[in-house]
Amino acid sequence: MKNSLSVAAAVWLMGQSLSAFPAAAPPVAAGDLILATTTSLKDSGLLDVLLPRFEAASSLRVKAIAVGSGEALRMGEQGNADVLIVHSPADEEKFMAAGFGKDRKELMTNDFVLVGPSADPAEVRGRTVFDALRAIFENGAIFLSRSDGSGTDKKERDLWKLAGFEPKGRWYLETGQGMAETLRIASEKEGYTLTDRGTFLSLTGRLGLRVLVEGGKDLLNVYHVITVNPGRFPETNISGAEALMNFLMSPDVQTFIGQFGRDKYGAAFFMPSSKGPGDGPER
Amino acid sequence: MDLIWTGIIKAVNMLVSLDPEIYDIAWLTVKITGAATLIGLCVGIPAGLGLSVSRFPGRRLIIALINTGMGLPPVVVGLFVALFLWRMGPLGSLRLIYTPAAMVIAQVLIVVPIIAGLSLAAFQNVDPSALLQARALGASKTQALLVILKESRLPQLAAVMAGFGGAISEVGAVLMVGGDINGQTRVLTTAIVQETRMGRFEVAIALSLVLLALSFAVNIFLTCIQQKGAQEWRPHTWK
Repeated sequence: MKNSLSVAAAVWLMGQSLSAFPAAAPPVAAGDLILATTTSLKDSGLLDVLLPRFEAASSLRVKAIAVGSGEALRMGEQGNADVLIVHSPADEEKFMAAGFGKDRKELMTNDFVLVGPSADPAEVRGRTVFDALRAIFENGAIFLSRSDGSGTDKKERDLWKLAGFEPKGRWYLETGQGMAETLRIASEKEGYTLTDRGTFLSLTGRLGLRVLVEGGKDLLNVYHVITVNPGRFPETNISGAEALMNFLMSPDVQTFIGQFGRDKYGAAFFMPSSKGPGDGPER
Repeated sequence: MDLIWTGIIKAVNMLVSLDPEIYDIAWLTVKITGAATLIGLCVGIPAGLGLSVSRFPGRRLIIALINTGMGLPPVVVGLFVALFLWRMGPLGSLRLIYTPAAMVIAQVLIVVPIIAGLSLAAFQNVDPSALLQARALGASKTQALLVILKESRLPQLAAVMAGFGGAISEVGAVLMVGGDINGQTRVLTTAIVQETRMGRFEVAIALSLVLLALSFAVNIFLTCIQQKGAQEWRPHTWK
């Protein structure tokens, strides 16, 4: 009796489970598209708004996988993704030069900002970014580094190099995690860190950190969309990748990107790079 | 403290108002972990039974491997399943990466050693005289195996609970092979990680409450079966 009840429950659960399996049907329709992108973009919430629109308009199903820019480019190199949205320009140029990518277009920009506790123990407020890093280095003030091979991590390392210091020591903490986690740790430890403005804005009111250094071309953060070269990996969904690229570069979507975040946070997360597909800076 | 309190209140509001996103995520979690546990049962119990009654060279090595596997780190499972299922991996042509099926595969690998190890221990605890008596009364080999299975069914349920608990609570493997895709492969644990990252603590708390409630409900169900079984089983043991 009890046994028959549990058997019935098991059979029911099995039936429900099987119905959930794409494995029962062919697991992947022709219209699956793997988008490897950065954690900062996923955390901003922009993809949650854009991708359902794209899917509705195109009958493609997008699998957006959030990884660092370094890992996203690796996925592209190995043919494990169809299209990438990344922000690590030097690595992207290598990627394109090696023939892994087909097209690369500038999608949008925002900027990096140096954030820290409002008490600002190293007194970096209002300085240039290089002076600020010098002050942090010389004071041994706590600094949080992503150290995860992401675009932000690459940018931070470049800035230290350009400032002429090698960050090392008990004050320099490597989290190995995403931007949101690293910001939270910086907030808890009252340390400084480099962040993209979008992620910082999306956590407004939840962190004890202030923007202390901003502006200037050294802190520009550029996102590119890259389609993976189907010449190397015939399995990649190049038509889907190009459809997504065209969608992202379309005037409507570019305008939308320029508005995203304004209503909720009072400032846009990103600046669109073009007003139409024709005049997008192409490389 | 304020954050925790308002978070819990908002979470309860979301649960009471039947927020569809939360329930979709919970339902997918039940389907994936339920499937993984059932497959784990079908593999783990026969494996435990086989190891308990047979003797062959290398048996101890296999048992040691299963016991090690009971503590298999989910991220390691996730990494290897992902390496195999990636499009350019050895099994890439199956196109399973970032699907619920890939998540079930990873969880099965986590669950099978837990169920096999615990059920082996359960079988080995069966009073050997029960088996001898069954054989003496003319039971065939198959019938004798059924006797062991019946005698050990209470600890077997504990094995199921442990397997289910291990699968529903892990995040490393399902994140790596599922990708936490909204509406496709997002389950309770990966959603909790993502919502926490995005600073939406009240949603993360709501999802945590659902996860705890789900785990509790399944264990209550199994415990009831187990304890009822224990009561009706006592009076007429094999004597």
